[in-house]
Amino acid sequence: MLDAAPATAFTLNGEPVRVPADPAARLTRILRDELGLTGTKVGCDAGDCGACTILVDSDTACACLTPLAQVEGAALTTVEGLATDPIGRRLQSAFLAAGAAQCGICTPGMLIAATALLRANAAPSESEIADALGGVLCRCTGYRKIIDAVADAAADTTVSTPSPQAGRAVGARIARLDGREKVEGRDFFGADAIPPDALWLKVIRSPFPRARFTFGDFDAFLASHPGLVRIFTAADVPGRNLHGVIPPFADQPVFAEREARFRGEAVAMVAGTRAAIDRLDANAFPVAWQGQPSVQTMDAALAPDAPRLHANRPGNILTRGRVARGEADAALATADVTVSGSFETGFVEHAYIEPEAGFARRVGDRIEVTACTQSPYMDRDDLALVIGLPPESVRIVPTAVGGGFGSKLDLSVQPYIAIAAWHLNRPAALVYSRPESISTTTKRHPARMSVTVGATRDGKLTALRFAGDFNTGAYASWGPTVANRVPVHASGPYLVPNYRAETRAVHTNLVPAGAFRGFGVPQAAIAVEQLYDALADKLGVDALEFRILNALTATDPTVTGQVLGAGVGFRACLESLRAPRAKARAAAAAFNRSADGPRRRGVGVAGMWYGCGNTSLPNPSTMRIGLKRDGRFALHQGAVDIGQGSNTVIPQIAADAIGVPLAVIDRVSADTDLSPDCGKTSASRQTFVTGRATQLAGQAIRALILRQANAGPAAAIEPGDGRVLIRDGDVVRSLDLATLPLDSHGYVLAAEETFDPPTAPLDADGQGIPYAVYGFGAHMAEVEVDTELGTVRVLHITAAHDVGRAINPTLVEGQIEGGVAQGLGMALMEEFLPGRGENLHDYLIPTIGDVPPITSILVEDPSPVGPMGAKGIGEQALIPTAPAILNAIADATGIRINRTPATPDRIRAALLAGHP
Amino acid sequence: MHLRPKSLDEAMAFLSEERAVVMAGGTDLYPAFVDRPPPARILDITAISGLRGIVREADHWRIGGATTWTDIARASLPPAFHALKAAAREIGSLQIQNRATIAGNLCNASPAADSVPPLLALDASVELASASGTRTLPLADFIKGNRRTEKRPDELLTAVLIPGIAEQARSVFLKLGARRYLVISIVMVAANILRTADGRIAHARVAVGSASAVATRLANLEAALASAPAHTPAGSVVAEAHLAPLAPIDDVRASGAYRRDAALTLVRRALAEADGDA
Repeated sequence: MLDAAPATAFTLNGEPVRVPADPAARLTRILRDELGLTGTKVGCDAGDCGACTILVDSDTACACLTPLAQVEGAALTTVEGLATDPIGRRLQSAFLAAGAAQCGICTPGMLIAATALLRANAAPSESEIADALGGVLCRCTGYRKIIDAVADAAADTTVSTPSPQAGRAVGARIARLDGREKVEGRDFFGADAIPPDALWLKVIRSPFPRARFTFGDFDAFLASHPGLVRIFTAADVPGRNLHGVIPPFADQPVFAEREARFRGEAVAMVAGTRAAIDRLDANAFPVAWQGQPSVQTMDAALAPDAPRLHANRPGNILTRGRVARGEADAALATADVTVSGSFETGFVEHAYIEPEAGFARRVGDRIEVTACTQSPYMDRDDLALVIGLPPESVRIVPTAVGGGFGSKLDLSVQPYIAIAAWHLNRPAALVYSRPESISTTTKRHPARMSVTVGATRDGKLTALRFAGDFNTGAYASWGPTVANRVPVHASGPYLVPNYRAETRAVHTNLVPAGAFRGFGVPQAAIAVEQLYDALADKLGVDALEFRILNALTATDPTVTGQVLGAGVGFRACLESLRAPRAKARAAAAAFNRSADGPRRRGVGVAGMWYGCGNTSLPNPSTMRIGLKRDGRFALHQGAVDIGQGSNTVIPQIAADAIGVPLAVIDRVSADTDLSPDCGKTSASRQTFVTGRATQLAGQAIRALILRQANAGPAAAIEPGDGRVLIRDGDVVRSLDLATLPLDSHGYVLAAEETFDPPTAPLDADGQGIPYAVYGFGAHMAEVEVDTELGTVRVLHITAAHDVGRAINPTLVEGQIEGGVAQGLGMALMEEFLPGRGENLHDYLIPTIGDVPPITSILVEDPSPVGPMGAKGIGEQALIPTAPAILNAIADATGIRINRTPATPDRIRAALLAGHP
Repeated sequence: MHLRPKSLDEAMAFLSEERAVVMAGGTDLYPAFVDRPPPARILDITAISGLRGIVREADHWRIGGATTWTDIARASLPPAFHALKAAAREIGSLQIQNRATIAGNLCNASPAADSVPPLLALDASVELASASGTRTLPLADFIKGNRRTEKRPDELLTAVLIPGIAEQARSVFLKLGARRYLVISIVMVAANILRTADGRIAHARVAVGSASAVATRLANLEAALASAPAHTPAGSVVAEAHLAPLAPIDDVRASGAYRRDAALTLVRRALAEADGDA
């Protein structure tokens, strides 16, 4: 029969259901909205990411591509149904124990795909696991722990680390404390908690890189579109129509006023019922566009007669950065050996699997925003300006974050949902589509860099000169940070006595570039670490030994004149690569000798350093820990966990600082109404800065408890039910918590401590103390190049990192493996072309089949400032991967790739040019 | 409106009266409507009986239009279908292959459709049915250009027909993409080669995809292979001029020049692999 069926009947996780809904509806909508099962995630609506993978009978399907009608009579399994399935349950435990879930947004899809595999194949090989999971993208883990977890589940060899006893939390490989929700599909991400009565929003965006516009008849448009409620434009912004992550540079309007400055910029917004918004064709919106001459490259933007994007920024220069030490020009002129090179990198998209999402509601004269974010207090303060409220009248409730990597530091959906909820006095929701996420949120800055390096004949670096332009797009975002961070880091962690690095952040009519794991340092490393190899070649010395010879030590001044004094484990990282590198080089040489075909193997290394936290700016975190009447501790864990693990690492630090078992610590979320400001999750600062604040707060509440009992500093604290025992040698005192008064937060005892890393301003030459702590590392890449096709297979990455102290080695490895995967993508396949690649099939990130085995080497040279000696690892892990791979390609082929990504066509062209 | 008829007659009768977007697995249709309202009227062919499955008939194989790529990958088929089965495992992800159909892939007519070179190498035809009758077209004539086919709005692609010839041919599919899984091809090649007992090439089919608006067979190469002396390594027969039918373009995945260069390498490798030199 041809009539639409009134209801579709199927079995869902073993229960029969009938759904009276549009038979053409995507199954993701039915599961999430009609049936309330939000464990099935939506990452692209296009079958490109696999986050929505479910089982239809025994086979996997993307629920986003499956119409409701097609599951009539079928048996569906979603992540919510795995707990009652023996294979599913085993996989959940294995994922948790192995650290296979980081942010957790891909986890349901991975678990379902793995369930289908293990039902059909009880003992899969690694390649069979990869084949089965190849359709699910993960941006956090680098996939290695996922492969391990599936193998563990298959063999039923999962080993769970027990919750550590007092004093044993730091250093323990415990499973992430928020992991159970993630593997069971119960964690709420930005799109998962939207109230049913919310109005939905659609943002109207410029189709031109630069355009003026005039609006048509809104009343007629609303009247002809039932279900639409209201249109908003710049005139409806209650406060300041401007936002920006660095207040002095705030320049981005919520809605463009006269002129849109990039393709995808918002000019208006429509609110309506979800059905009406679904039906809405944005092309029908009453607006007339007049495209204007635009600048879409840095060359065009820097031309003398270029149109200026911002009146107060002559030459389209947003900011400049500079660090100078010694006499770079003179030293290069007299150096025994010099090499020079120019390098270029493209836009890189964060490609987290969770598009930006959230909802807002107005509560009296306050606004509450529940959304995914890396920076709740920054969101609060900026939204307060947009809505025209005092900051205390804005509440930010962070959801779980399905990957951030820097882009979710900036506002995305938040101003739109807040403005709509404020005016309409109804919850307002906005979930970015994948094209909307890619085309409008920040990217990694494209860079164009010229570098000259000089050394003495015996291989000591004497000078380095670096000039870099960074395409910052239409608005400032983190452009100033990139321009300032790069000159401080461009030398790498080497003793370079004569140095000058100058940068410019250049505006163009393109999507804003902002923060992305490393703030420009990865781009600089691609240039400089390749030139160090070229210099070593020219000197005839080994590339690794050259780095060891020049490695910065604790007593050497950095390029900003800072002497770190302690905690410089770079040389140890390099030395740890000696043996694996000798082995890898021998293996590559043997392969190249025996292979007469087009495949050549090579080995490359690269080093890195990265300053943790803001550059010479205040950067505090405040931690509150309270002892509750029930004898448990409340930890105000305000360091947003975007998958990197602060929900686990911070409690580990707290437990050992207080001296109690980890199991007695309860997390309070990063909700700005509940927890003090732990700053933003960026710049590899949370383990270091919030960790240190936590250590201080833990020590403080420990002291308060001991004081209650008149106990000495070595006494043991044993929390019990409604009391705390303090055991001081043979003396045991019981603190009866029921009898003690409660403070304003409801705690018997509480401590709040702030830590701000000790830095000092940089002078005009960039001399000073930009960071209190640096992380160090070095990677080795082994690659195989198919010289006829220009394709590269990365065979193995060995990653040595000085993390000071590994608070949780499993999570540290997870950061390293995920950073390597992103570095590999940046090296070989990732480039966003505005207007052309706004999806996850044209914009490619590595799949499970692209990330090779990764061997992590953890070096622990304790930082005197970090908690228990710990340093950051989040960004460090990505920086050396791409240059190590590019150096390995050069080792294999003799060809140096100066333009990333090193796609097959670029490598092949370089090979043809090099070997005519 | 989502129509999901149970019989072919119902579907054809409907299409003879009204227009609808025809959908099978939905894996190309839904991605086209990420940021836009979906089409007003969809005709879903996945419930039509008899449209899914592979059967050997008197002188040909019949693959029903609603047969999924997983059905094809799991089917027991002669050696000549090896390239098709390999391509089936490269179309999107497993999730896609479990729902996407052969009719959908052909009617979508993407220049990068992985199935087309192997089907060209199998001399495939398509069966188009409408209320006014059924016709059969060679696949090479069915796909007219980027996203363009000979299918009329009132027709359904009901089956792919493959002649039962050279079933013992060595069959190779090589795909070049910028990553391992879930990747749109930069270039792909299918080759089916059957040698006689005395080492001559009795049957040669070589097709290249993603290097022209429609995947194409390399007729001059096939002729050169067929006339090559016995025991000539097939890969050694390939000359640049044989790739003349290709017209590769520059896009986000690669330059046109690279595609031509890579196609030459892949054709040589596919033929070498068909000779047993992996």
